[in-house]
Amino acid sequence: MARIGVFVCHCGENISATVDCGKVAETVGKLKHVAFSTDYKYMCSDPGQTLIKDAIKEHKLTGIVVSACSPRMHEPTFRKAAAEAGLNPFLCEMANLREHCSWVHEKNEMTTDKAIDLVRILIEKVKINSALQPIRVPVTKTALVVGGGIAGIQSALDIANTGHKVILVERSPSIGGHMSQLSETFPTLDCSQCILTPRMVEVAQHPNITLYTYAEVESLDGFIGNFTVKIRKKAKSIYEKDCTGCGLCTTKCPQKKIPNEFEEGLGFRPAIYVPFPQAVPNKPVIDREHCTYYLKGKCKVCEIVCPTKAIRFDQPDEVIEVKIGAIVIATGFDIKRSNFFPEYGFGKYKDVIDGLQFERLASASGPTSGAILRPSDGQVPKNIVFVACAGSRDPAKGIAYCSKICCMYTAKHAMLYKHKVHEGKAHVFYMDIRSAGKNYDEFVRRAIEEDYVNYIRGRVSTIYERDGKLIVKGVDTLLGAQPVEIVADMVVLATAGVANPGAEELAQKLHVSYDSHKFFAEAHPKLKPVETNTAGIFLAGACQNPKDIPDSVSQASGAAVKVAALFSQSELTREPLVAYVNRTSPPMYSTCVGCFLCQSVCPYQAIEHEDFKTRDGKIIKTVAKINEGLCQGCGTCVALCRSKSIDLHGYSNNQVYTEVVALLNDY
Amino acid sequence: MKIGVYPGCSLTGSARDYNESVFALAKAFDIELVQVPDWNCCGATAAHNLNRELSLSLPARILATAEKNGLDEILVPCAACYSRLIVTQHELKKNPELKNRINEIIGMDYRGTTKLINVIEWIDASIIPNLEGKITKPFDYKVACYYGCLMVRPNKVLNYDRAEDPQTMDIVMEKIGAHALYFPFKTECCGAGLSVSRTDTVSKLSGKIIEDAVHRGADTLIVACPMCHSNLDMRRPDINKYWKSDFKLPVMYVTQAIGLAIGLTPKEVGLQRHFVKVNIS
Amino acid sequence: MAEFEPKVVAFVCNWCTYAGADLTGTSRIKYASNVKIIRFPCTGRIDFMLLLKSFANGADGIIVSGCHPNDCHYTSGNFHAKRRWIMFKELMDFMGIDMNRITFSWVSAAEGARWAEVVNSTVDRIRKLGPYVSYKQMVNTTVEEEVINE
Repeated sequence: MARIGVFVCHCGENISATVDCGKVAETVGKLKHVAFSTDYKYMCSDPGQTLIKDAIKEHKLTGIVVSACSPRMHEPTFRKAAAEAGLNPFLCEMANLREHCSWVHEKNEMTTDKAIDLVRILIEKVKINSALQPIRVPVTKTALVVGGGIAGIQSALDIANTGHKVILVERSPSIGGHMSQLSETFPTLDCSQCILTPRMVEVAQHPNITLYTYAEVESLDGFIGNFTVKIRKKAKSIYEKDCTGCGLCTTKCPQKKIPNEFEEGLGFRPAIYVPFPQAVPNKPVIDREHCTYYLKGKCKVCEIVCPTKAIRFDQPDEVIEVKIGAIVIATGFDIKRSNFFPEYGFGKYKDVIDGLQFERLASASGPTSGAILRPSDGQVPKNIVFVACAGSRDPAKGIAYCSKICCMYTAKHAMLYKHKVHEGKAHVFYMDIRSAGKNYDEFVRRAIEEDYVNYIRGRVSTIYERDGKLIVKGVDTLLGAQPVEIVADMVVLATAGVANPGAEELAQKLHVSYDSHKFFAEAHPKLKPVETNTAGIFLAGACQNPKDIPDSVSQASGAAVKVAALFSQSELTREPLVAYVNRTSPPMYSTCVGCFLCQSVCPYQAIEHEDFKTRDGKIIKTVAKINEGLCQGCGTCVALCRSKSIDLHGYSNNQVYTEVVALLNDY
Repeated sequence: MKIGVYPGCSLTGSARDYNESVFALAKAFDIELVQVPDWNCCGATAAHNLNRELSLSLPARILATAEKNGLDEILVPCAACYSRLIVTQHELKKNPELKNRINEIIGMDYRGTTKLINVIEWIDASIIPNLEGKITKPFDYKVACYYGCLMVRPNKVLNYDRAEDPQTMDIVMEKIGAHALYFPFKTECCGAGLSVSRTDTVSKLSGKIIEDAVHRGADTLIVACPMCHSNLDMRRPDINKYWKSDFKLPVMYVTQAIGLAIGLTPKEVGLQRHFVKVNIS
Repeated sequence: MAEFEPKVVAFVCNWCTYAGADLTGTSRIKYASNVKIIRFPCTGRIDFMLLLKSFANGADGIIVSGCHPNDCHYTSGNFHAKRRWIMFKELMDFMGIDMNRITFSWVSAAEGARWAEVVNSTVDRIRKLGPYVSYKQMVNTTVEEEVINE
């Protein structure tokens, strides 16, 4: 037999000015199953809460309705008070008499009647509320960081420094990412490698970080705090423990003409290689696609020269399985290349290059040792054109967004050029200069005013070659749409920043959402920019959208804090307002027919399969099961379920129907 | 083999040479070209600037007539006609209400079942596969292929080649023994729409195209559009006056080049009708 | 005779419209008191059968309101609600249910004034339409189940 208590709050005069609180308490007090009803000036005050707790104990209440302000304001307060008095907190409901009644209606009988109705609705609901226990899930305090660029490095170090274990997985043979390719960085022009490599070394030496390079995430199972990840460690074809990193093999390898990825195709590397001198780990891998031994069955020069006999041609890929509690995705970005720009002859003319290639030309450790030389003939370009927004902000090219970093790095490139080729002329075609950021606009102004870079506001229509020169045809919109033709020696396209190849596949493996450009999607564009829709998986850096280094690093630290906060608890407790699929006795097991429509609408991948089997293991029936660790309680599956087999704690079909009936029928 | 052909105004007027070479090629490859009976103006270039319904009704009537006469495929040699017809097909396909309205206007039942092909597509499908053994005089010349605008644009509607740096005509020319030069002006504007009203602009724009082709050592320009041809060929005296030069570079239709390669005489492909003398035979 | 006071039920999501209605309160914007809100976690949770149940139990009008497209707290619940609504609307219309009695709207947590507008315009409209008796009469001829899911 239900014994309900009702507590009507005056909220000073906020409620009582328009609602006759005494009458509300008195009227509902007469209702069936209401064992206690009273009104009081401030229910949320200490004496108010004591009043509630005493009443629960004294009248052995089985449920209470606090009729006061919005539950969004004080529901936690009163649920806590109920719990302190020994009543399950989910047997406490709040009627919103302030925001939804007294503040929005005139003082009259109808307002008081509405207040009575609002209380009545919740009295009926709370009668059928069930006592719920918070969901507790254990936490494996190891984090997985996917991607070893600056964002992944920063995240891994920050998490490791809070005392938790980190596994850092990097696809290529070395960590460092695109930042390790950069020459100098805006807006300070400090050397990228000089600030990055100490961090890379720190990662390698950190006792809490396990580094897997040349490795990829194979699959992911589980949920927040309890993931199981499979990592494929691709065969490096060397035994790392024996390899000293002397590099003899890389100098003796007869296969020397493989385009060097790190040099963006401007240089070559052997088949057994370390991507760049400061690589971490500084041990080579064999590129089996290009290695003569794997292609033709003989060679083995590296094996012969290796002083420690560390070469292993028959090494297989290894798949390891690790339990982790949280994931930071930091897989970075790529830039648009190939024949995406036929009008600019990109890929056809050797001297039309992209931004990363220019970084390598300008880098002291690059193929030209930092001299700006044309790839075609090694001459110093006297006239150089930079094209900002090559592909970006161009819906016709399918990329409507701004790539964000190009304005700044184009200014930097023009500056670096002018610093190295004093007599040269640098031209920049731009749509707008987007230089918001600390010391950013000052940097661009410096390029224009101190380094005399010629900024032309307009787009380039075409680039073609004539007599060994590149003719850049564009428009100067500040001169009344005047056509401009520049005879250039070299052109640098600031091509659009795009999602990394493989981002979509990874997103599907990790069950996180991504946008139409294959960038990973944040849980909320403003308030949850670091979280994904899957609890326990966070984002860092340019895998979300093109970002510069400071933004990537900030977000990486943000993601690390999210992970650390998660790991600060030994187990996670969550409100148990989650969905559940009913279970009945055999042979039915559940009214669920296993159509799994629910699975297709669930934004959290919280719906799993459960098999019912005979003793000899034969599957009798497969039905849906909710993973309480993942379910966020939106209830979309409930409304969708055709057989009404799913229900939602706190908002069950029965509860909401009872509310409707109570609301519309007289008492 | 029998397919429809829509000549439009230019192929019966200023581009008779083009028309003759198309028909000569068809004959040489046993293709019967059937003119769309009772065809009318396609509306280029004026109609779509003035009246949308008119600009769609004119091509729709042509297409409906073709459908009525059982022509499933129509070759449209003129790039401007091709553009108007295919744009109409596209517009009416995506908007059934508009289609009904246009049907009302033309008083016919346009269904949109006819396949439209431009001259290069026709050559690709019907000429190139049967070329073996037919080439008696390989077209051993350096050529600059000029596509102009309407062959490849709007790319989303045509879905043919690519709008920037197209390749199809170059590939066809290589097949008959020509050396297709790198030619960055292949889609630059020839000044087409201003052909009559602003001959100075035409001279300037078309002149640039001629100048670059000459500079790259081309023996001839290859085109597939009557409008381009008239600007580059007929307007040559104006161009030479404007550029204070004497460009002698001939401008040939792609069909003329193929015709010569398979042994047709210059007269059979209408070369005698050109303003700029063609020294290629 | 007193003016007809319609009974209007509002099914709203917790994160946008419920919070928006709270803002109407904190902004002290007055609106008709005929509306009573039932809180759901998300519009995606709203089983549209409840709309029929409401009419059967004597509702004269209904408001369904949630987050604007792309603002859903649960990412996509409002899209599912919208899609289901499009289908359901056709079906109800076909069945002869007066669709003028249902308002489907998006009210965000920042749109306190808009909530008051939605309520007032709905109440005004329903008031003009008068009590909704035809559906009640219709369902009374059939056996109405007491509870959806026991």
